[in-house]
Amino acid sequence: MNEGTRILGVPRLPGPPRPPLSEHARAEAQRLMARYPEPRSALLPMLYLVQADHGFVSREGVREIAQMLGLTPAEVTAVATFYTMYKREPMGRWLVSVCTQPPCALRGANQIRDAIQQECGIGNGGTTEDGMISIEEVECLCICDGAPVVGINYENYENLTPESAVELIRALRAGETPPKPARGDVPAPHDETHRELAGLNQKDREEAGA
Amino acid sequence: MTAEMKILTARFDTEGADRYDGYTDSGGYEAMKKALGMDPADIVETIKTSGLRGRGGAGFPTGMKWGFINREDTPTYLVCNADEGEPGTFKDRELMERDPHSVIEGMAIASYAIGCREMYIYVRGEFGYAARQMERAVAEAYDKGVLGRDIFGSGYDLDMIVHRGAGAYICGEETALLESLEGYRGQPRLRPPFPAQKGLYQRPTVINNVETLACVPHIIEKGSDWFRGIGTEKAPGTKMFSLSGDVERPGNYEVPFGTTARVLIEELAGGVSGGKKLKAFTPGGASSTPIFGADKLDVSMDWESVQAAGSLLGTGAMMVWAEDACILRSMLRFTHFYAHESCGKCTPCREGTYWLEQMFVRLETGQGRDEDLAIMMDVQGNIGGRTFCALGDFATAPVISSIKIFESEAREHIKKKGCPFER
Repeated sequence: MNEGTRILGVPRLPGPPRPPLSEHARAEAQRLMARYPEPRSALLPMLYLVQADHGFVSREGVREIAQMLGLTPAEVTAVATFYTMYKREPMGRWLVSVCTQPPCALRGANQIRDAIQQECGIGNGGTTEDGMISIEEVECLCICDGAPVVGINYENYENLTPESAVELIRALRAGETPPKPARGDVPAPHDETHRELAGLNQKDREEAGA
Repeated sequence: MTAEMKILTARFDTEGADRYDGYTDSGGYEAMKKALGMDPADIVETIKTSGLRGRGGAGFPTGMKWGFINREDTPTYLVCNADEGEPGTFKDRELMERDPHSVIEGMAIASYAIGCREMYIYVRGEFGYAARQMERAVAEAYDKGVLGRDIFGSGYDLDMIVHRGAGAYICGEETALLESLEGYRGQPRLRPPFPAQKGLYQRPTVINNVETLACVPHIIEKGSDWFRGIGTEKAPGTKMFSLSGDVERPGNYEVPFGTTARVLIEELAGGVSGGKKLKAFTPGGASSTPIFGADKLDVSMDWESVQAAGSLLGTGAMMVWAEDACILRSMLRFTHFYAHESCGKCTPCREGTYWLEQMFVRLETGQGRDEDLAIMMDVQGNIGGRTFCALGDFATAPVISSIKIFESEAREHIKKKGCPFER
């Protein structure tokens, strides 16, 4: 790994090298830039697009979108490192987000976090060796009526216990499709999730207004 | 008889109300048709006289906000703030999930009133399903001619963009939200100029909370007198309160302003879990709202009454602690939240929250000293009022809650050299 790049206080950027963005992704980036009165508004969506294509915010992706927007890679990196949903190294297939804010903690979230970490043998910010699970401890997901809550690729599973949470994790590691949560939809793989986050599933005004 | 009054939440239990047909079957988009036949200035006036105030935390009069906009100074923008992240709050998420068209309708009426032709909703990044529901509703709205060109034959054109955040609580602060929407780090802007003069892309901009905008169609349809007849004189209408933590039935409960905390906690949320005694609750989320002890159960839940009792109504998120829960532990968790979410712009907030978290950890793990409490009060006093935005002020609440209001518990941690509570 990139141990050499880890300097105290400096965000670790980025993970392993990646090929240039696909032609398709570049075309989609152009579409996002055209959507807003100022192209720079597409920067956050374009960072999601890089994650969809590369699995994380890669150095190559940063350079390319900087070039498209007429910015420096440093300007793009400054934005990417501000927001927690932009990841600086590849994630496991399923990103497991455990909320431990008081509404969840009062209902057993810390036990759930510990059980999941023990099951996977990793801590916060870690990824299992099989590349299936990444774990993060997150701030309030604002679904406190279903506490304790665990998100899987940003779909939420509610009213969990340490046992049901571990069962869910085991199923994911065994390659099973996650079950449909009580509210919301079945979690999608990262590339689909991040394309959606980029706003690419959205009806463009050009398509709609024509 | 229940204390609930379902206006914004009326469609929540109806299957299919989140789709266009279900929405229009229950009277949806009638207010918008009516509004498009009105003079925009009259709409602003109606909202002003209704007394509608912002539901995002500050309670600023909505009609006044709209009234600041010069409609001739085009383009103007409307931005719906759906970056809900206040711990314990989940009202905007449920509104978007269950009744997304009501949000679009409220936004569209507001846009028409301020002369906006392109409106944005900034949805918190982690809200996968809520944002998807909004996108589905927007697509339907375009298909049915509610958005797009010449809406309902009025000659009015309006477009809508759903924009996702990327994981930063501070973007709920309206000027940080604008920075983020423009593609920058979400750090607050200096005011003045206020967004009404120079907002999104330096253009006149109104930023309203989801729940606030969801009130608008009802006011247009039923009139400002009807709205003023609900709630209290200074806080008209209903409010969605999010009940969570140690209660039997966590959830959103919509009641008229002025309903007591007791009714919300004991009647609607079913009381404290397991029949335990109440220790404390937040009147309005984690931010700038020191917690209330059980002696404050009869406080009327509206801005003025909660403030008079020593806290703030905030977003209306009521987190509840039972007698056997450790307050300090939760306040440590809140402080970690502020340390994590501080944008780093102002030194008192960036450094102060970091040090407060270290001191909270020391107290909770039994290494605290008596003099630490005074130091923590001093640190919070040097954050509050000394930062660019309100996040610094928010971060003082956990200290006041645990060191001042629950001082005896904090001292017990020091005396027993550890946490005296199981949970």
